[in-house]
Amino acid sequence: MTTNATLAELMIVAASETWRDNGEVLASGIGIAPRLGAGLAKLTHSPELLMTDSETMLVSEPIPLGPRGDYVPKYEGYLSFNRVFECVWGGKRHAMIGPTQVDRWGQTNLSVVGGTYAKPKSAILGVRGLPGNQINHANSFFIPNHGPRVFVEGEVDMVSGPGYNPKRFAPGMKRDFIDLRLIVTDLCVMDFGGPEHAVRVKSLHPGVSFEQVQAATGFPVLQHPQMGETPLPSEEQLAIIRRLDPHAMRASVLKNDPPARRAA
Amino acid sequence: MSMNKELTAAQAVAQLRDGMTVGIGGWGPRRKPMTLVRELLRSTVKDLTVVSYGGPEVGMLCAAGKVRKLIYGFVTMDAIPLEPHFRKARESGAIEVMELDEGMFEWGLRAAGMRMSFLPTRCGLGTDVLARNADLKTVASPYADGEVYVAMPALKLDVALLHVNEADRLGNTLIKARDPLFDDLFARAADRCYVSTEKLVDRFELNADEARFNLFERYLVHGVVLAPFGAHPTYNSPDYGWDMEHLKRYNASGSEEGGWQKYVEEFVSVSESEYLAKQGGAERLAKLKTPVF
Repeated sequence: MTTNATLAELMIVAASETWRDNGEVLASGIGIAPRLGAGLAKLTHSPELLMTDSETMLVSEPIPLGPRGDYVPKYEGYLSFNRVFECVWGGKRHAMIGPTQVDRWGQTNLSVVGGTYAKPKSAILGVRGLPGNQINHANSFFIPNHGPRVFVEGEVDMVSGPGYNPKRFAPGMKRDFIDLRLIVTDLCVMDFGGPEHAVRVKSLHPGVSFEQVQAATGFPVLQHPQMGETPLPSEEQLAIIRRLDPHAMRASVLKNDPPARRAA
Repeated sequence: MSMNKELTAAQAVAQLRDGMTVGIGGWGPRRKPMTLVRELLRSTVKDLTVVSYGGPEVGMLCAAGKVRKLIYGFVTMDAIPLEPHFRKARESGAIEVMELDEGMFEWGLRAAGMRMSFLPTRCGLGTDVLARNADLKTVASPYADGEVYVAMPALKLDVALLHVNEADRLGNTLIKARDPLFDDLFARAADRCYVSTEKLVDRFELNADEARFNLFERYLVHGVVLAPFGAHPTYNSPDYGWDMEHLKRYNASGSEEGGWQKYVEEFVSVSESEYLAKQGGAERLAKLKTPVF
């Protein structure tokens, strides 16, 4: 265990855990930290994962972020956007994304925030692939700014990805494939393992209290019976992360790139 | 049949009418038919329903007041995630929207190409995509399972605008990018399809390996427009990358006072050859790097 890791690196290691024991599925880490987490998973505990070059090719080894120098991608196959959709609908994917809002049911929003739907205060991207992703395959979330504006009190402003909210489904609509796994934030790791998929704190990052997490969350959260401390990255994990991120893009994930263990 | 489908960009855009539904190929900052879009910006055509996996062309058409309704799953330039003029139009309530999951969007194009009224999907269930699109209906399986699906309606297009790497005057086309995206589905969903191309020849004489890059049939193509660098500032691999300098300039026009008018004066109210000269001409454009993700 090392003590000089950054909080972003601790979160990358925590993110990698979401792909453990998933079997042969496409691991899609969208954004710097989730992508590094997926790469770390493939290079350590889960070599069976499928991965792309974030464009069109399947690679047998995760591609380092940013300008590649003399690195030569190791292609093992092809996965155009069209084939990604086929993969989504067949359920053989586990994505980790960073939505703008998440609610207690795991419903996510990437579309519009505030105001009305016709005249929103802020237009983000659009629902993108979230409706299809969350109804079809496993999903996890990466939230670098844990707070009540992200983890909202009621439902998210525009439900883009569906979750465990029975009121949203009429009889006959199949919800069996909704499979929400981990939420990795800058305060803690949470899952949906409580009664009726209630959100639980699985581990607290070093120096963070449960009360702090609850105060930063717009809905009630539970404690996992084995709630512990999120492990610090090992030297081996840090070495792999540095190799996958030679330009240290992970330093931009969190404001001021704080250390893993907060000052008391 | 016409043995020569070559048109100028102006002739192609002259086929459009007010109120039409226009599909635009590509995806975000990838392979957008920008020469045709700029010609559309110069035209008087208005009240369009634009159907797109949206990139900067959507923001430009919104800023120019061409869009009555937008059918989309997202609008983004990837490296610049938030599209400035789309946001303005969306936040001011200036455009009507049909916001869809990316896969529902594909299903809508497929249904149109197959002359179906809808295709069933689970995408959209349990979301506000259903709640916000009152026109979207569900359908129950007639089999023993009885499962209820979203009945994604056909997204029928009056016109599709696409950009390709090579074409011939019969309307045969080659898309040589590693990812064909969904351009073929736009071509099939449209009554008329106009294609701009980096290179144009009379008749293709292809070997079998090259012919694999032909992704849709020439009977779908009604006009071909020679437009070198016609996807600029979006990228058109393997020919050239995106022009991040230009995209940043365009992005800044969203926050400057009168920014869009200045952008129009500089880059739209000019001929296409003047436009390319302002970008540093072929010499600079051919060297634009394909983005690394």
